[in-house]
Amino acid sequence: MDLVVLAASSGVEMADYEQSIQELIDAFGRLPGIGPKSAQRITFHLLKSDKAESERLVSAVSSAVHKIRYCEVCFNFAESERCAICRDENRDPHLLCVVEEPRDVVAIERTREFRGRYHVLGGAIDHLQGVGPDQLKIRELLIRAAEEGITEVILCTNPNIEGEATALYLKRVLDIPGLTVSRIASGLPVGGDLEYADELTLGRAIEGRRTLEQ
Amino acid sequence: MTLYRDVGVVLRTYKLGEADRIIVFCTQNSGKVRAVAKGVRKTKSKFGSRLEVGSHVLLQLYEGRGDLDIVNQAELVETGVELRSDLTRMGRVASMLEAVDGVIQEGQANPAMYEMLVGGLRAVAKWDTALVTPAFFFRLLEAEGVGLQVEGCAVCGETDELVSIDMDQGGLRCTQHREGMAISPQAVLILQLILGGRVATALALPAGPAIFEVEHLASKMLERHLDRRLRSLHVFDHT
Repeated sequence: MDLVVLAASSGVEMADYEQSIQELIDAFGRLPGIGPKSAQRITFHLLKSDKAESERLVSAVSSAVHKIRYCEVCFNFAESERCAICRDENRDPHLLCVVEEPRDVVAIERTREFRGRYHVLGGAIDHLQGVGPDQLKIRELLIRAAEEGITEVILCTNPNIEGEATALYLKRVLDIPGLTVSRIASGLPVGGDLEYADELTLGRAIEGRRTLEQ
Repeated sequence: MTLYRDVGVVLRTYKLGEADRIIVFCTQNSGKVRAVAKGVRKTKSKFGSRLEVGSHVLLQLYEGRGDLDIVNQAELVETGVELRSDLTRMGRVASMLEAVDGVIQEGQANPAMYEMLVGGLRAVAKWDTALVTPAFFFRLLEAEGVGLQVEGCAVCGETDELVSIDMDQGGLRCTQHREGMAISPQAVLILQLILGGRVATALALPAGPAIFEVEHLASKMLERHLDRRLRSLHVFDHT
């Protein structure tokens, strides 16, 4: 609900801003993690700052809104029908990494360890929110796994309950001859102290230990 | 801010800001508690996996000024590893948590509900049967005062030939007073075992259509009591 409407309905009198300012505050206030005070602060920062800077922001927002769509192959964000990764012919077409969200693609790309392609599910199976497999891009994944000559699918969903449920479901449905289904390893974060690790994480780290090479 | 300790089960979580979560607990001494776990979504969080849905944890919390408390420390009471490696069991746990979340109240101690939930989670880990969830639902409804008369007809007390179940009257019906949904003799037996305190015997029964009948009945009764659909029961409806 807009601040003005909210204030009017609760009988609170608000300072009178010009309509365009109030609309901008309300627009920022609708963004995730931005409360009314932050929305006001951002608005006044923009109004006080150099006009060219504000216009750059407007242009960036407008350009992203108009240009960005979902890649028709992997459902990552793309500026054309296919994203840059799906267009890249140097990528290994036999390796497919399944992630929940487009931002997970960026996180894995930063590691520079993976040279295959991606498939973005658009979320994870969540019993308590009622999110089932039919609301994710799982049917499309099965088609890709069957038709694109993929030999390994790496399940890179988050290591939380929803991510685990999704991985278990995918393992069950990706029962295709000649296809290896693997799960991203979980264990201790580099730089952390062992004594603070929880039992489940530490247990998995021990379970997934590896032999040190001479 | 006052610091207090309690033991509880994580019912559900909501993302908050950059890396925090609001965690909803069913606690032993304070009923439903909603608390913020700061930084829990970061890989180096001190909470690790301890505040995942279904975790049974020993807690230290700061009493917040508003509705939300703050989680200061959490230690696992039971790891529940077996519940995380089986999709079917995960669904059963989620249904139990959603049901408890629907009935438990904030600020009202309900140690019986906490004990029942912990027992339910242990039963899911121990017994691989679809009956574990309906058994939990019936016990929960009983604790809520929505019990079922299953030893005899709700009208005349007749103990033979119980052929239907009337949810409005809260009990089974004989052939003469047939009303409501039809029910098989095997399902009647299962209901009598569960509500007669012989849950372990019921859970040891082999899989069969009567179990699905009881499962359907339990979810229908619970959804009717809560006056809403349980999302977790319908996640795989369209697959």
